[in-house]
Amino acid sequence: MIDRSAENAVFEINRFSLCLGKKEILRDVSFAVYRGEYLSIVGPNGAGKTTLLRCFDRLLLGGMGWIRLFGRPLEEYRRKELARRVAYVPQADARLFPFTVEQFVVMGRYPYLTPFSSIDRGGRQAVREALDVTGTRPFAERRLDTLSGGERQKVYIAAALAQQADVLLLDEPTTFLDYRHQAEIRDLLARVKERSGTTIVSVTHDLNQAALDSDRLVALCDGSVAFCGTPGEIMRPDVLQRIYRTPFLLVDHPRAKLPVIVPRTPETQP
Amino acid sequence: MNRALMLILLTLLVALATAIAPFVGALPECVQRDGLRAGATLSKIFWDLRVPRVLMAALAGAALAVSGMTFQAVFRNSLAEPFTLGVASGASLGAAVYTHLGLAFSLFWIPGMSWFAFAGAVLAILLVFGLTRVRPGFSGATLLLAGVAINFCFSSLILFLQYRSDFTQSYVILRWMMGGLSNVVRYDDVLTVLPLAVVGTLIVLYLTHELNLIATGEDLAASRGVEVNRTKIVLFFAVSLMVGAVVAACGPIGFVGLMAPHICRLLIGPDHRYLTPATLLFGAAFLVACDTLARTVMPPAELPVGILTSLLGGPFFLWLLLARSPQGEVL
Repeated sequence: MIDRSAENAVFEINRFSLCLGKKEILRDVSFAVYRGEYLSIVGPNGAGKTTLLRCFDRLLLGGMGWIRLFGRPLEEYRRKELARRVAYVPQADARLFPFTVEQFVVMGRYPYLTPFSSIDRGGRQAVREALDVTGTRPFAERRLDTLSGGERQKVYIAAALAQQADVLLLDEPTTFLDYRHQAEIRDLLARVKERSGTTIVSVTHDLNQAALDSDRLVALCDGSVAFCGTPGEIMRPDVLQRIYRTPFLLVDHPRAKLPVIVPRTPETQP
Repeated sequence: MNRALMLILLTLLVALATAIAPFVGALPECVQRDGLRAGATLSKIFWDLRVPRVLMAALAGAALAVSGMTFQAVFRNSLAEPFTLGVASGASLGAAVYTHLGLAFSLFWIPGMSWFAFAGAVLAILLVFGLTRVRPGFSGATLLLAGVAINFCFSSLILFLQYRSDFTQSYVILRWMMGGLSNVVRYDDVLTVLPLAVVGTLIVLYLTHELNLIATGEDLAASRGVEVNRTKIVLFFAVSLMVGAVVAACGPIGFVGLMAPHICRLLIGPDHRYLTPATLLFGAAFLVACDTLARTVMPPAELPVGILTSLLGGPFFLWLLLARSPQGEVL
């Protein structure tokens, strides 16, 4: 269903390596993300997942190799032009200015503004839709610093949606959230993908959710690509053990035709 | 309350403060004794001493308040302002060097002292900014400690210059370090600050969308399309111009840049498109009021206004420090 031909590529990353200081964070990374695809980036702690995501939005510069966005080198884009193509949802930040939810979501329209200008009708419409689709309208007048973690995550996604970009980059969108909010965020992302055909690239630690939600997964290990394929291909004990260097126990999901990971019982002394 | 209405009220407040302030103040004994016959002297005091001083207070208050607001947004720190970050003492050092060297020149109608103060402010900002870059995740508290350290360094350099200066220069530097408007006695002084303050303020007003976004976080701002580094450099340049000009003319007047933006955020909200004009107006009215109080509180002596603003600002700073929410550094 997803056309994986070169002309349908959103991001192409080729032989990309990046050092921060003396440490090599990414090593010889190559893969592509295609239009309308939901791709999850997984892997152990410190594997370079967030770094890679930041490189996709040019928040980190430099590196060897190249990254292309819609066939054009990433560094050729002007910042505002890039913002109309790619939206980024960072990990939660505790330092918040006391903007209201609506003020914050309106700021997603910045790439369409000129100095002194205000948001136009199309922009208002985009903000309204973003508030509706994320279910954040009921607290649109509340201040960011009064929100719970789950509400805040929805607001961050709403602001990114108001940006009306083709690609949504998410850094651990469900980490630190309770079960209800995790489910709501996952449903929300599925809705966004369905409704507007947005391409989604998400960094996550939750393999079960990633496997159930995404079309494809990329696993990073020590900065290089250890796996790139479909959920069915990664959810195998041998593959997982190679990536994470720990044994896994899998059972079949009752609804989806996919094995899922169950936590092992703690090892006890004999 | 409606934001437009609030801005109109603040404009009226500034107009009222600047209109009333020149009528208030101690008069020399001869004028009090001679009554009406002293009309000419009275008019001279009014037009040649008080009016320029009130105008300068309004200008300096506006420039310092906008500078503080800019620092708070760019560093995402509610306690940042020219005084706490050591930028005011950087500017002071520049001005003290100028005094010590006994220089007297001007460039593009702006006196050399302002240029030296500007250079000092740039130096201090580069130091603070450089320190925030050295270690990623530089927290709000560390930023302020860096500011304190920079303050110490510049203050000791100023003391060193004072020690090396002759008695007159030393006294000039000391009096001027207290931060006051009593050396402003001519319209020329106002005219030297005006262009730099106007240019600085216009730059900040031009970048209010960007200030909003940078205040939400640098990564987020960049991903929304802001050229973060370029914007920051331009903003730092604008703030250096304003702080340099004000410090050269009046000395370091502390905490106006802390109090005015905070009070305005309570009045009008954090959106910089409205907050910037509000802060500008409130800062002007605030310093006019403070200076009027400072020169009437113990007549016939005139207290340097910097002493008064620091007296108010210190407790205000502590209150902000204690009122922070326990989870994080919320503004």
